[in-house]
Amino acid sequence: MSVVTLIFDNIFIILTILMWSIVVFIPILIGVILAVYGDRKIWAAVQKRKGPNVVGPFGLFQVPADGLKYIFKEIIIPDGSDKVLFIFAPILTFGLAIGAWSVIPIQMGAALSNINVGILYIFAISSLGVYGILIAGWSSNSKYPFFGALRSAAQMVSYEVSIGFVIVTVLMCVGSLNLTDIVLAQKDIWFFIPLFPMFIVFFISALAETNRPPFDLPEAESELVAGYQTEYSAMPFVLFFFGEYANILLMCAMTTILFLGGWLPPFDIAPFNMIPGFVWFLLKLLFVFYMFAMVKAFVPRYRYDQLMRLGWKVFLPVSLISVVLTSSVLFFFNLAPNLI
Amino acid sequence: MDALNMDNALGEYLPVLIFLILSFVIGCLFVFVNFIAARHNPDPAKNSPYECGFDEFGDSRMKFDVRFYLVTLLFIIFDLEVVFLFPWAITFGSLGLFGYLSMMAFLGVLTIGFIYEWKKGALEWQ
Repeated sequence: MSVVTLIFDNIFIILTILMWSIVVFIPILIGVILAVYGDRKIWAAVQKRKGPNVVGPFGLFQVPADGLKYIFKEIIIPDGSDKVLFIFAPILTFGLAIGAWSVIPIQMGAALSNINVGILYIFAISSLGVYGILIAGWSSNSKYPFFGALRSAAQMVSYEVSIGFVIVTVLMCVGSLNLTDIVLAQKDIWFFIPLFPMFIVFFISALAETNRPPFDLPEAESELVAGYQTEYSAMPFVLFFFGEYANILLMCAMTTILFLGGWLPPFDIAPFNMIPGFVWFLLKLLFVFYMFAMVKAFVPRYRYDQLMRLGWKVFLPVSLISVVLTSSVLFFFNLAPNLI
Repeated sequence: MDALNMDNALGEYLPVLIFLILSFVIGCLFVFVNFIAARHNPDPAKNSPYECGFDEFGDSRMKFDVRFYLVTLLFIIFDLEVVFLFPWAITFGSLGLFGYLSMMAFLGVLTIGFIYEWKKGALEWQ
């Protein structure tokens, strides 16, 4: 049976999935727009400014207006660049940043697909994000993007190791790779209490992984202009920007699922457990995003050697030791899941 | 348990694939619409690589610090280790003492390698 007949035989299933995909896609789009807006507003409030407040009520339409404006801007492709890769890089970043969202459950059973290796899928997809930046920096054939991409790749790769160890620590307490199972395992206690050091390591690594301040060295204006996206204009630039914020929200959602109990209410008693789960999920996601935005507003930028030292000499040993400690505690106190 | 049903498990991957394709298609669509809607007015100065207003100075595909390679090599070692830890982490409750001790031995060997790297100065950035 060829692929075409296979598709035609299952056309209704595929159309249904496509419809659900669009249902998932649109909230992400709105979420990213609100995240950019919220980020700017929080940053402005810390500096006693008003932030965007002209376009639309409370300036809410500022971000969509900016986005629309870019549609009518010229796409500048530098002469010496590798033109296909140059256009492909932002599409890759965007596609991967959005694509990872298909397995995030915002409520019991409310995920586009509840695959049994959900966290592995997210780990894999977010690792591939490095390629978008590397390809962008290399294909631009310009010095600033090149160095920005090198720095960015080394940074993301360094912090991914500690993120991996943190995820392993959480998985040992769960006994499953399924994101729904990870949330349900936190019914008694949210993991950020017993695994508090890991929560901190994960949060800071997530900042570094998404190139957020104070780890925004790839785009440190004072030395590298705009890093890997220096040569980009119009829609390709918007795709990078969009992908970056979608990744930030993804990391917030991951923090929520791994440590803050996903959609579970803080107390399983009457007024709390009557509120639907996705409200709790969004509230927790907003809280983590608020912390992301506050860190951006407060903390000065790291130097590159400090950044690498933090990643390799602090976070890596700490997370390695915590894997050993957690497994020992679980083993010797017979707390490990899946005991037969 | 549903997750152990093989047919169901494979069927769950179809939405992931379709969603991934959809997000790439939407990305392409954005760029395509931009290509149609915007005017194109190329100019040698506009299309030259950005170098603070000066003419291009030397080739951009230049030499760079070998440390970037080194970091990537170290990353491969540790990321492989993480991937090795994943299946152990979800089953170690049922593996018993043997599973626990063998992974501790593996982590011990890796830690010795890590200490060697550290002492050798592979993690230093000046």
